[in-house]
Amino acid sequence: MLGYLIRRIFSALFAILIVITVTFIFMHAIPGGPFQSEKAIPPAIKANIEARYKLDQPLHIQYVDYLSHVVRGDLGPSFKYRGQTVNGIIAERFPVSMQLGLMTFAIAIIAGVGAGIIAALYQGRIPDYVTMFFSTIGISVPSFILGTLLMYFLAFKWGLLPAAMWGTPQHVIMPAMALAGLPTAFIARLTRSSMLDVLNQDYMRTALAKGLPRWRIIWVHAVKNAIIPVITYSGPLLAAILTGSFIVENIFAIPGLGKHFVTSIYNRDYTVILGLTIFYSILLIGLNMFVDFAYTLVDPRIKLTGGKE
Amino acid sequence: MGPLLTVNDLHVEFKTYAGIVEAVRGVSFELQTGEVMAIVGESGCGKSVTAQSILRIIPEPPGKITGGSILFDDEEILSISERKMRSIRGKKISMIFQDPMTSLNPVLSVQTQLTETLCRHTGMNKHEATRRALELLDLVGIPAPETRLRQYPHELSGGLRQRVMIAMALSCDPRLLIADEPTTALDVTIQAQILELIKEIKDRLQMSLILITHDLGVVAGLADRVMVMYAGQVFEMGTVDEILKKPLHPYTWGLLRSLPRLDMTKGQKLIPIWGQPPDLLQRFTGCSFLPRCDYAMNICVREIPEAFGLHRVRCWLEHPQAPQIERKTGGTLK
Amino acid sequence: MQYPKELFIPLAEKAVHTDIVRPSITYWQDAWRRLKKNPVAMVSMVFIILLIIFALFGPYFSSYSYSDQDFDRRNQGPNSEHLFGTDSLGRDQLVRVMHGARISLAVGFVAAITTFFFGVFYGGISGYLGGRADNLMMRIVDILYSIPFLLWVIMLMVLFRELFPATGGGAGLYSIFLALGLVFWLPMARIVRGQILTLKEQEFALAAQTIGAPRWKILFRHLIPNAMGPIIVTATLSIPEAIFTEAFLSFIGLGVSAPRASWGMLSSDALTSLRSFPHLLLFPALAICLTLLAFNFLGDGLRDALDPRMRK
Repeated sequence: MLGYLIRRIFSALFAILIVITVTFIFMHAIPGGPFQSEKAIPPAIKANIEARYKLDQPLHIQYVDYLSHVVRGDLGPSFKYRGQTVNGIIAERFPVSMQLGLMTFAIAIIAGVGAGIIAALYQGRIPDYVTMFFSTIGISVPSFILGTLLMYFLAFKWGLLPAAMWGTPQHVIMPAMALAGLPTAFIARLTRSSMLDVLNQDYMRTALAKGLPRWRIIWVHAVKNAIIPVITYSGPLLAAILTGSFIVENIFAIPGLGKHFVTSIYNRDYTVILGLTIFYSILLIGLNMFVDFAYTLVDPRIKLTGGKE
Repeated sequence: MGPLLTVNDLHVEFKTYAGIVEAVRGVSFELQTGEVMAIVGESGCGKSVTAQSILRIIPEPPGKITGGSILFDDEEILSISERKMRSIRGKKISMIFQDPMTSLNPVLSVQTQLTETLCRHTGMNKHEATRRALELLDLVGIPAPETRLRQYPHELSGGLRQRVMIAMALSCDPRLLIADEPTTALDVTIQAQILELIKEIKDRLQMSLILITHDLGVVAGLADRVMVMYAGQVFEMGTVDEILKKPLHPYTWGLLRSLPRLDMTKGQKLIPIWGQPPDLLQRFTGCSFLPRCDYAMNICVREIPEAFGLHRVRCWLEHPQAPQIERKTGGTLK
Repeated sequence: MQYPKELFIPLAEKAVHTDIVRPSITYWQDAWRRLKKNPVAMVSMVFIILLIIFALFGPYFSSYSYSDQDFDRRNQGPNSEHLFGTDSLGRDQLVRVMHGARISLAVGFVAAITTFFFGVFYGGISGYLGGRADNLMMRIVDILYSIPFLLWVIMLMVLFRELFPATGGGAGLYSIFLALGLVFWLPMARIVRGQILTLKEQEFALAAQTIGAPRWKILFRHLIPNAMGPIIVTATLSIPEAIFTEAFLSFIGLGVSAPRASWGMLSSDALTSLRSFPHLLLFPALAICLTLLAFNFLGDGLRDALDPRMRK
């Protein structure tokens, strides 16, 4: 258990290191980027950047210096805007994105698992067909299309929800639905097929033969098994929410980190792109590790001895 | 006092893509308190479906009990509410399944799976149920029950898992235990142990037992009465001695001939029953065993045989008009 | 009950059962037969063929080009002159959607082809060599996998935007090809490696070895052809993924550059005037969704047809 834990953390750190290195190299290779000598930016920022990134030093020194900053939790200043730092941007905007992300995650898991369970329990009947119809369409509608459609109908046409911006609970609903649409559909299909699989297992017959009440048979004996593939999917789900937030936050003008990431791509604010990419990587790799541990809690068959057993 | 269980003219059907499969076609039998009855037959003959009908755990759809009656303890099982039925399952009638590898829930601990039945049926609290679970594990001969209780099914061997299954089935002192091929999936040495355990417990707890098997050796050691099933029908029913020593149905002869025995001479060959059991999608106009029967007569093509005599043999050879023929069982089973 | 006496005479003869020998058909014939039986997959295939025709030849039947502007006819709804209406610069939306189809399909197929060649090559070598080489090669894949591929594609596009500056701001189509090609082979490599690992233990691989076939020949002539089913399915399913990615990139301004039109870009443009001219969103959105749906269905159908074991 402990050995696995250490190995898992070590390999996660290694992956983060590689991501930082590759991104660092990319940013250095960009013509007109912050790490080239000729660039058209205010001299104050230029001096600042040169000092901060030790541009007068050889490349490997720059790299080691940058790494040491990252380790200390300092992701550097903005290359475009004076006084802005990546850390400041994250502190200001990440809470917004996190609210949206958590809401999306909750919708996708609850609605997806719920719909999948209902579809499986009513296999071959109307609730099943309805769920499968919508989830089949759902997996083919990208978030930016769903988002725009929601905005047109719910906000412009029917005036039910505010079209954009952030602040009240109503503001969260549409973007969260747009982001959650595709993963919900996917989870519903995944849950349905895994639930059907579980319902046909011998141990379900045992549970029935023991005279257990229906709710216990379904929620304890079936769902606990059927949920395992969904937990496996939560890694890709987190990734989908994260990348989806780039677009959805833009559509709904939400002052979150995703919107800022895209803005810095437009603005060629390379140091921010670099810093945010690293932040996102650490976030995702960390969350994925968490998912792995959660997995072992639900499925006792997975032993944390790691390796190739 | 009447019999504990009376099954009368039970019919069960399954809807499949190919059509309606008549899995059980008019099965009737009685079971007394404390009696052990074995149901014998090839796979797909309807023995498991019959057993599952008694607990009403046929998956529905596609299955459906279409006719007959099942009286348990003077109560009609087929017409009581599902709620009432749930209070019978696991409490008055319980069941052990064939494959202990897949019949226990992999994500729940032994403790959870044992205590949930107790809490449900006896109103014990968690603490009492756990204590009772320990006793049960001890009863079924599991060493170090405290450790086992905390473990998950994948951490136990096949034999241990089947013992856990048995402990689970016994937890509420059922009146009737149905064991559906309890040893088929186990190693031969373990099989003997599990059978011994079932026998011992049955004697101690005074319950009735329905034992489903295709192993006639198991039958000889454990059963009082035997019911031979084929294609959803009861072909022959009688005491162990009658069935094993003086079987009357050509199918039973075939079953016995295909079994190795100690009194066989060297070089004597086992004789299999050729062919396959019939497709139950079809409706028979004659005897369902006809294509595989060496003694088939003209009437067997046209008329479904009745059940003749006390022995209830479903074969035209038992008709008074039928010619007398020599039985070819090739000796008796010890 | 009494029966006529003759009924109790033993049967003269019994029906003789003969086994019917079915004509043997190849794996591919069998797969095609199964695929033909799947109506959803067949409809999807027809849709995709029609889409290809629409994209390739459609623009020749239109009197407009994707960049022709007509300021007198801006933001028109669908009409007889412009079936899909016109955009804010008076460009014919139908031709622009056709042009978008060209870009989407090109991106999809290029991704599928690079996935096919590079993914199979990498995964095949890794699985066949096994041991340390396999370990190292798969560690690389794992690390690349540890952050979403879309993030890698974005990084690459940010880089290519400046390395290969195209006219007008956005990165060029070739940059997209390159970026997708560099990332999309990852799932294929994993799947092929898994397949090869199991296949190389089987008897036919051993048989090839005993007759002295060279290693590369065993891999490419014996093992990989046997893994073709999952390979084709994975390649097919990478097409909608690539189409989605292109639309995504265009939507955040990293896609093809104006005045070229891709579906993602058309959707993004439609957003600015959504309240007044929702029809501008309708056609590109419909095009993206239907195309993704068709490729996903075809991929599922192919999986069922080519690899019955993977069938759910």
